[in-house]
Amino acid sequence: MTAIPWLSILMGVSVLGALGVSFLKNDKLAKQATLGVSLLVLVLAVVMTVGFSPNGDRFQYAETYDWIPSFGVHYAVAVDGVALVLILLSAVLVPIVVLASWHDAEQGKRSVRTYFALLLVLEAMMIGVFAATDVFLFYVFFEAMLIPMYFMIGSYGGAQRSYAAVKFLLYSLFGGLLMLVAVIALYNVADKNSFLFPDLIGAVTDPTTQKWLFLGFFVAFAIKAPLWPVHTWLPDAAAQAPAGAAVLLVGVLDKVGTYGMLRFCLELFPDAAKWATPVVIALSVIGIVYGAIVAIGQTDIKRLIAYTSISHFGFITMGVFAMTTTAASGATLYMVNHGFSTGVLFLVAGFLIYRRGSQFIADYGGVQKVAPLLAGAFLIAGLSGLSLPGLSTFVSEFMVLLGTFERYAVPAIIGTTGVILAAIYILWMYQRTMNGPTAESVAEMKDLNGRERWVVAPLIALIVVLGFFPKPLLDVINPAVKESLVNVKVTDPAPVVAVKEGQ
Amino acid sequence: MEPAEILSHAGGGAISLAWLMIVLPLAGAAILLIGGRATNKWGHLLGVLMSVGAFVVAALVFLQLIGLDPAQRRQSVNLYEFIPGVANIGLLIDPLSISFCLLITFVGSLIHVYSIGYMSHDPDRRRFFAYLNLFVAAMLLLVLADNYVALFIGWEGVGLASYLLIGFWQYKPSAAVAAKKAFVVNRVGDFGLLVAMFLIFAQFGTLSYAEVFPNAAQASQGVQTAIGLLLLLGACGKSAQLPLQSWLLDAMEGPTPVSALIHAATMVTAGVYLVVRSGAAFFPEGSTAGLVVTIVGVATLLAGAIIGTAKDDIKKGLAGSTMSQIGYMMLAAGIGPAGYAFAIAHLITHGFFKADLFLGAGSVMHAMNDEVDMRRYGGLRKLLPITFVTFFIGYLAIIGFPLLSGYFTKDGIIESVMHHNAILGWLAVLGAGITGFYMTRMVVMTFFGPKRWDEKAHPHESPAVMTWPLIILSVFSVGLGAYLILSNRLLVFLAPAVGQPAELPVFHPFSVPGLTTLALVAVGAGIAIAKYGRSEVPVVQPRGSFLTVFARRDLYGDALNEALFMRPGQWLTRLAVFFDNRGIDGVVNGLAAGVGGSSGRLRKIQTGYVRSYALSIFVGAAVLAGAWFVVGTL
Amino acid sequence: MTTHYLVLSALLFAIGGIGVLVRRNAIVVFMCVELMLNACNLAFVTFARQNGNVDGQVIAFFVMIVAAAEVVIGLAIIVTIFRTRRSASVDDASLLKY
Repeated sequence: MTAIPWLSILMGVSVLGALGVSFLKNDKLAKQATLGVSLLVLVLAVVMTVGFSPNGDRFQYAETYDWIPSFGVHYAVAVDGVALVLILLSAVLVPIVVLASWHDAEQGKRSVRTYFALLLVLEAMMIGVFAATDVFLFYVFFEAMLIPMYFMIGSYGGAQRSYAAVKFLLYSLFGGLLMLVAVIALYNVADKNSFLFPDLIGAVTDPTTQKWLFLGFFVAFAIKAPLWPVHTWLPDAAAQAPAGAAVLLVGVLDKVGTYGMLRFCLELFPDAAKWATPVVIALSVIGIVYGAIVAIGQTDIKRLIAYTSISHFGFITMGVFAMTTTAASGATLYMVNHGFSTGVLFLVAGFLIYRRGSQFIADYGGVQKVAPLLAGAFLIAGLSGLSLPGLSTFVSEFMVLLGTFERYAVPAIIGTTGVILAAIYILWMYQRTMNGPTAESVAEMKDLNGRERWVVAPLIALIVVLGFFPKPLLDVINPAVKESLVNVKVTDPAPVVAVKEGQ
Repeated sequence: MEPAEILSHAGGGAISLAWLMIVLPLAGAAILLIGGRATNKWGHLLGVLMSVGAFVVAALVFLQLIGLDPAQRRQSVNLYEFIPGVANIGLLIDPLSISFCLLITFVGSLIHVYSIGYMSHDPDRRRFFAYLNLFVAAMLLLVLADNYVALFIGWEGVGLASYLLIGFWQYKPSAAVAAKKAFVVNRVGDFGLLVAMFLIFAQFGTLSYAEVFPNAAQASQGVQTAIGLLLLLGACGKSAQLPLQSWLLDAMEGPTPVSALIHAATMVTAGVYLVVRSGAAFFPEGSTAGLVVTIVGVATLLAGAIIGTAKDDIKKGLAGSTMSQIGYMMLAAGIGPAGYAFAIAHLITHGFFKADLFLGAGSVMHAMNDEVDMRRYGGLRKLLPITFVTFFIGYLAIIGFPLLSGYFTKDGIIESVMHHNAILGWLAVLGAGITGFYMTRMVVMTFFGPKRWDEKAHPHESPAVMTWPLIILSVFSVGLGAYLILSNRLLVFLAPAVGQPAELPVFHPFSVPGLTTLALVAVGAGIAIAKYGRSEVPVVQPRGSFLTVFARRDLYGDALNEALFMRPGQWLTRLAVFFDNRGIDGVVNGLAAGVGGSSGRLRKIQTGYVRSYALSIFVGAAVLAGAWFVVGTL
Repeated sequence: MTTHYLVLSALLFAIGGIGVLVRRNAIVVFMCVELMLNACNLAFVTFARQNGNVDGQVIAFFVMIVAAAEVVIGLAIIVTIFRTRRSASVDDASLLKY
């Protein structure tokens, strides 16, 4: 059997779908077509996942074609467990976002069909960036992703959309250009006439060079993630973006940063990564606590959610740089779970804001009484944001902290205070919007309609199921993470007390 | 005697079906929540059925367990792999967990039944039963878990159920605030529990009881103490012990059955469970951690009792009493194997008589248009005869009236603590005296004296669906203590799970501490009768002395929290938001503005005058030529 | 001998340059540019004669051709500007700025 080029098919379907949608004259048809295409991509992605063997080769579904042979640039895509789950995350979120954004693009500056075509282009880019195994190709996707997102924020966003879109674009470009320098330097230093990721592992040995190149990559990823203190573009972008775009921005795009740290920063520059670890862990811990505290003080629902994400990204980077199997697997799982959890939080907040026309918490109150389903969905989404056990986010947060504690006890303990702060920011927001006497302005608010239920239900189901049964995902993630850590040449610290196996 | 080894269950019998205990109520909750309004008609019945079903399973498991040899009575049932390499979901069936299961499902079922009547007028009754079922499932997972991770899932699950039920009437701002407060304060405790788990995992590489407990002694002394203290922090949060007690009194905003089930009989005792469960490993006899547990217990039992003396809200009075009684359990749990059996015995009997008292209070409120102020009660014993009799039995049980439940269990605690540390023992005796005062005050103000309610209230006895649970609970409140304590029944039964002291305690009916306790209780009751029975009780709360206000304001616990955490926290938050907007984002925007500004200034060079361009060309050429000359001469 | 030619060339170039910088009338500026070009031509031709080859002469022809082309286009622009603005001052044509 000849190998089916799954990854190219996934991207191709999205891009062709985007082209098709942009030529449709009828908006309604465009929406339905987008939904159909994204569902098709989801089905294909699921089929691909089923065929993935977690304990087989690290990279599977590999395709390699020469692109610019004189510089060793390839169109090379393949997935390992980490990339696979993130592609799956994108494939799951896009149809949900399409369904959720049904009416979001109607007030935009550009046409409705453009919005949906952009969504599909973005999906192709997201798949490409996770699948690329050629560093140059990765860079191309990394930057190209900005374009559809820029237009989605800039043309369909809230009142301050231009400010937010330009800030987002310039901030990301700044990091991207540093990375470009590092990519080119890496190519020259490695001197393998190849940008292929496997060729470049271990190619840079000089410690000083490693550090500089590491920094080039790391700054780009830190801005993307975003890590404190280069986070301030996120609240603006997320608050101004339409809810669906915010979901993809925070849920998937930002994961490219943390994914890049795990994949490129750690594996290509292991010594430099270890050199930088104390600083990165410190920044992560600051991010966890700082993001949470600032979230508590927000008055705008979407900005609040954005700040909770900054806190959560602190957990992810901490898990990546703790360099233990548990922490790194937890961090990878966190990327997926955070995508679902923040996704549903943004979407439900979007429904709420769409009804009332205001992002300010103070404009709400007592919604639970008039729209119990909406409130219930908001509560579950919020609870997953505060990592309630039984919901998927708990598993990943627990693993990150558990794994980090093995090596860096104090940062893990400080990070654990995040669970207290999370309870405050989520429940206080819930209390102010949903509880208490019903505010007059929301008295007529309608509960979730059928379409919205279909948006929320799959995500909540995923969050609950993965909360009790995370094993399928972890089985895919664990081997890939272990191989990554082998390349970094670290081993897990052994328990202090040797416990005999079994009983 | 050390606890028995935890065996892996070989399969067969009710034990391998123990998971049904959790799944039944969980399914009930899921059906009621997902089913929505379609299940309104029969939702409460399903809720009761699931709870009763869980009780039946628990009883079957219990029967199978007592059929086994004592050394075989700790069996773990692995259900599935949860986080590979970290934890499984598994159940530990042993005498300790099954005792809890029986208590939770039995009292829980009674309270479910009671709630049918109590919540009959509430349009959201179905949701209430869904949450109750959710609570039962989570609580059972908590006590049945065979590792700390599964325990933690249950631990937070009951926290969630508690949050939802305290805030059940969420349209009342006070209820919403109380619910949030309970959750947040509990999270502070959970922080301790989480860090304890990290430390255990870093030390032992596992979180399963079967692997941690036998090896605990190999860890260094300091680590053991640290784990113990962190676990205690978790226990303090859940069990409303000092310094994390403040949420429990506010939690009375929830419907009364919730207060009875969650905030008296079961959930708040989870901390005691945690200490006893980890006791042999991390709170061994004479350890520092154990000592801290006893100190926390004594401090809370006194604080709770003092708070109870000044409350006019019947439920808050009972809440103070709950704090106090759990303090007794903690105290006993802290002294090691000598106290475990008494802690658990008191926990079980307290579960019955406190549920009885709370439901009785609920019945009174039901009769009085949800009035909770005892100053507006009075003389209700004739109008609510069944409620009165059952409440009175509960009252006798809690003050330790001879031969009733509380007499045996509380006396047991005092005796065993007395052997351990006389100061703590006498403080516990003092607490018993205060208990006599505040409980008598409560009974006198509610059921005796002239009526003080206004004309709108029409007190009436509650329907049978509410009184029968009261009757059953009061029957157990009478006899259970004697059954558990005499001939050390519970102690011997629990021994495989928690170990037992070298010499078995012997029940002395006429010991010095026992008699002193009785005397002090009588004095306390006498003062209460003299103060509230003989003289008139003002309907409006008098200002009271400094001490009364001190107790009424929960010993200024809230004020302290507000001053120490809330206000600085608010300032910190404001500061952080300001810093983020002006500081960090200021730098970012400042950079952007700097670049923009300088380019704005720089472009002014383009004047549009040909001659200035020409001049710059000439200057440029001259500079180039000059540079060429300079380089050429070098 | 050569020096005299070069000094003259430099003087003419300097006069032309100053004229470009200080005069406002477009025609005069234009003539000054021509003066500079011709100063260059003079230098080229001088060097050609000194070195005994024709390269400099050839370049002088190129310069003349370029100058002629420039005159055509330049005068056309000046005339157009004069027609629209009624002025031949280069300072008036300063809209293309910032």
